Amino acid sequence: MKKKWQVQVSYALLLTAGLISFSPLFAQTSEKRAYYFTHLNGLLLLLFVLIFFVLAAVLYLKFKTREMIKMNRKLKQRNAGINFEKYVDDLNSKQIEMYLNYNKESNSTNAGSSGGTNALIKTIAVILLLSLNAGRLFAQETVPNKDSLLGETGIIITIALLLIPITAIIVFMIFRVLKLINKNRNRMNLDEAEKLAEYLSAPLDETARETLRHRKEALDFQLSHSELSGSLPPQDAKGLISSVSTDSALPVVEQKKRAVKRPNIDPELSRLVIWSIGCATFWLLFGTTVGEYLGIKFVAPDADHLSWLSFGRLRPVHTNAVFWGWASLGMLGLAYYIVPRVSNNKLASFKMGWYSLYLVNAAVLLGSVCLMAGINNGGGEYREYIWPVMLLFGIALILTLINFIKTIARRTTKEIYISNWYIVAALIFGLVISVVAYIPWWQDGLGETIIQGYYMHQGVGMWFMMMTLGLVYYYLPQQLNRPIYSYSLGILAYWTQILFYTLIGTHHFVFSSIPWWLQTVAIVGSVGMVIPVVAGSTNFIMTFKGGWHKISDSYTLPFYLVGIIFYFTGSLQGTAEAFRSTNLMWHFTDFTVAHSHLTMYGIISFFIWAGCYTVIPRLTGREAPQITVGAHFWFALIGLLFYTVPLMYGSTMKGLMWMEGKPFIETVVFSAPYWLWRAVGGSLMWLSHLFFAYNIYKMLSGRNIVDVKEAAFEKLARKTEDTI
Amino acid sequence: MEFFDNHKKLFGATFLLFIGLTILVAILPAFHNQKNNAPLPNAPVLSDDAVQGKAVYIANGCVACHTQQVRNVDMDKTWGSRPSIAADYAAIHRTDVWRNTATLMGTERTGPDLTSIGTRQPSLEWNLVHLYNPRIVVKQSVMPAYPWLFTFKEQPAANDVVVNVPDEYLKGKKGKVVATRHALQLVAYLQSLKQTPLPDGRPVPEFLYKSEVKKAAAAGAETPGLDGAALYATNCQSCHQANGEGLKGAFPSLKDSKIVLDDNPETMVSIIMNGYNAREKEGYPPMPAVGTDNKLSAEEIAAIMNHEKTSWGNSAKQVTPEQIKTIIEAVKK
Repeated sequence: MKKKWQVQVSYALLLTAGLISFSPLFAQTSEKRAYYFTHLNGLLLLLFVLIFFVLAAVLYLKFKTREMIKMNRKLKQRNAGINFEKYVDDLNSKQIEMYLNYNKESNSTNAGSSGGTNALIKTIAVILLLSLNAGRLFAQETVPNKDSLLGETGIIITIALLLIPITAIIVFMIFRVLKLINKNRNRMNLDEAEKLAEYLSAPLDETARETLRHRKEALDFQLSHSELSGSLPPQDAKGLISSVSTDSALPVVEQKKRAVKRPNIDPELSRLVIWSIGCATFWLLFGTTVGEYLGIKFVAPDADHLSWLSFGRLRPVHTNAVFWGWASLGMLGLAYYIVPRVSNNKLASFKMGWYSLYLVNAAVLLGSVCLMAGINNGGGEYREYIWPVMLLFGIALILTLINFIKTIARRTTKEIYISNWYIVAALIFGLVISVVAYIPWWQDGLGETIIQGYYMHQGVGMWFMMMTLGLVYYYLPQQLNRPIYSYSLGILAYWTQILFYTLIGTHHFVFSSIPWWLQTVAIVGSVGMVIPVVAGSTNFIMTFKGGWHKISDSYTLPFYLVGIIFYFTGSLQGTAEAFRSTNLMWHFTDFTVAHSHLTMYGIISFFIWAGCYTVIPRLTGREAPQITVGAHFWFALIGLLFYTVPLMYGSTMKGLMWMEGKPFIETVVFSAPYWLWRAVGGSLMWLSHLFFAYNIYKMLSGRNIVDVKEAAFEKLARKTEDTI
Repeated sequence: MEFFDNHKKLFGATFLLFIGLTILVAILPAFHNQKNNAPLPNAPVLSDDAVQGKAVYIANGCVACHTQQVRNVDMDKTWGSRPSIAADYAAIHRTDVWRNTATLMGTERTGPDLTSIGTRQPSLEWNLVHLYNPRIVVKQSVMPAYPWLFTFKEQPAANDVVVNVPDEYLKGKKGKVVATRHALQLVAYLQSLKQTPLPDGRPVPEFLYKSEVKKAAAAGAETPGLDGAALYATNCQSCHQANGEGLKGAFPSLKDSKIVLDDNPETMVSIIMNGYNAREKEGYPPMPAVGTDNKLSAEEIAAIMNHEKTSWGNSAKQVTPEQIKTIIEAVKK
């Protein structure tokens, strides 16, 4: 080891010496700039440095050869006292066997030793060669020392040029010497080996033979590989093993756990859930295609000049389609699965379920057309659908609420599982806010703005967030196969969410002309939101406790994890945004857009996807290809970060520019690169939705390949029927 | 717990808590606000055209990018002379039974606030050109174009409003660009957007979070040099353009302009403070009284004038704020 290290160091030294000897040359040819002092003095100095390294190399060679000579001398002395037993102790099984066999035969033939002299001759040759080389080297070295010539640049350059082959020769020589040393050492070892063989050929006594035999047995010991499994063939008496993979090829995508088939799912319920999620997927594609186009319009405002596709009309089409079409239908679909399941009962009315699905779809379709045609409610965000359109949505909520409450009323469990608290509460709240916001006989002047702040934020927090939390309280423990960490923490989050979230609506109008005290209440409520958010996210994260390893072999859990992380960060970001000081900087900028995507996309959409991948395989028995699930996940996550992070940074800077009083158009120009980033991130997100839609398709109706096993049994069954 | 296991009690309590809070933080304040706020007595009533124009504004979702609220913070001073108050919105009622009240306060300021756009940019011609395609007058704008608010006519009638659109924006279309009724109504609405001065005796709400620089200035320290280029960008550039050359046939050039280069600044100050309509025969629309409308100080006007007098190849004698102050007093109407 030590030797090797030394060799490496010497190589390294040589290399640097070589490099350094070359560098001044380049300095001369390519750059005329003198390194030190005046350029002649500098050249001389460089030359001396070079010579120093050449000398060092020569010295190194000298030491090496001396070492070799010493080694040769030792060789002669050592022959007598080699510790052969050291070798015998270290024999391996095969060698022991050979040894024993050899010794049994007692066939001793003495081999004569001749060598050593040869080595010495070679070493001397090396030294001669070395001295010759060294002599030549020194001869060269003397040249620059002649004073008269040293004054000339040309001479120095010539010397330097001459030094190149010399250096090369020295390097070559060092290699040769090292090789010789190695060869010599090997020869010495061979000699030793010969001696050892001679020693081994001496007859063994019985005890030594016995010891060796034991040693051989010990070395030959091997496990039988059935110590744990026993010798019986494997049995799976409880039917625990399934989906055994016999595919031993290298996997492109890591093999994740397959979805477990759930027994006894009402096919009618299956159909309702699947259709809801299917429609939701359609609205996701539609809504985000619109969104993507809007993002492009920031970069290319003249992309089209059609009134129906102008920015102001399309923006609410995007937001409302993803809100009421995608997220709402997705949540409802997933909720339809949970509510009867945790009530241990059938859904009260499928008819109501189907009607509510039709109504929601009709509302989003009509609403989108109206908005594009220029018919809207007057501009409050998420309240752009006119009330006759939103009425359809409201009726759907009423039907669903009645349906769920009836199902829960007929439950066969004593308690109401917390998921159902959240889901039913979300429906109640969704209805209340819609009625308050849409009743067409009030809201003059600022009344409209106060209700707008209340409505839009309750829509986000008490409809989407509330119901999504309900979904997570069921699906997350189910996927982790462990109970929720703390049921009571869930209850605490439930009541504090109602208490604080209801207050925070007007934080969208801080510094506006709505009453100052109302703004303050909203800000206080926003701070209070820390309680339910921390309680909820702690609860979810702690449910993972001891199950973190499951994330790596599940394709649904990463979606939940991302959702939980954004639940924590996105929600607390909302609190941070509500303060008056931060409002100065962030309000009216795209920061709010980034925030709404972090939450509505990072939390709500990720949780809904998680739910879809959890539930649909259980209903259809088909799973999406893991590679496209992975693509969906990563494109969505990376896209979201590309979308939000630059936008948040750019908006902060924009807000500060506004505060400095920069001309408005300057801040528009400043935002352009961040808008471009948003379009890039948005494109990735959009791409991920294509993967999601494909996955849904695969889970629903992946090509019906005939299952050999099932077909065979069907035939068998038919045969038995025939015989009967 | 029995309470939590009874769905009627559980969901009943949930509903009551929520509706109670809703009444407290939303319904009662909303009612209180709509009952106890009256429009300012001197607030003008929207003309019929402006009402129709507002409908166009709503239909096209302008609120997605334009706010109509001046917050009571110093940074919003750009958008109005005083913070908006509840009374400013009190006259706005439901559009009709189908559509809700449109206060159009907005939550995004992708484009400028429009609370007082009628004061800041009252020019009909500018607004029409800008609506046809904003990039004609503001190169860096990302606002959508609204060509469907215009028609093309070979022979415009006498009362048609013809818009002067540069050829490159016509994209080969033949004829004159004529503003439709909707376009004119929309501009009428934009022109009507002005802040009503508070009746005498009422305290004007303060702008909060004043920046420290201004405090220092108020304390008597020397006024830091104003950025003439930035002030020009905010107040003049949308018509006269960044290169000072205006827009052919629509807005006159300041480059090599006799008035700008004149060593006697009186005419120039008068135009800035009182507007100008002497060049209508050449096709140039009247210039609004930018200095008065935007409440520019003598220092700010001097900075703008010096920027105009020394940019784009112009090199005229610079003016001092004191000089301008006396002229402003003199030309005041």
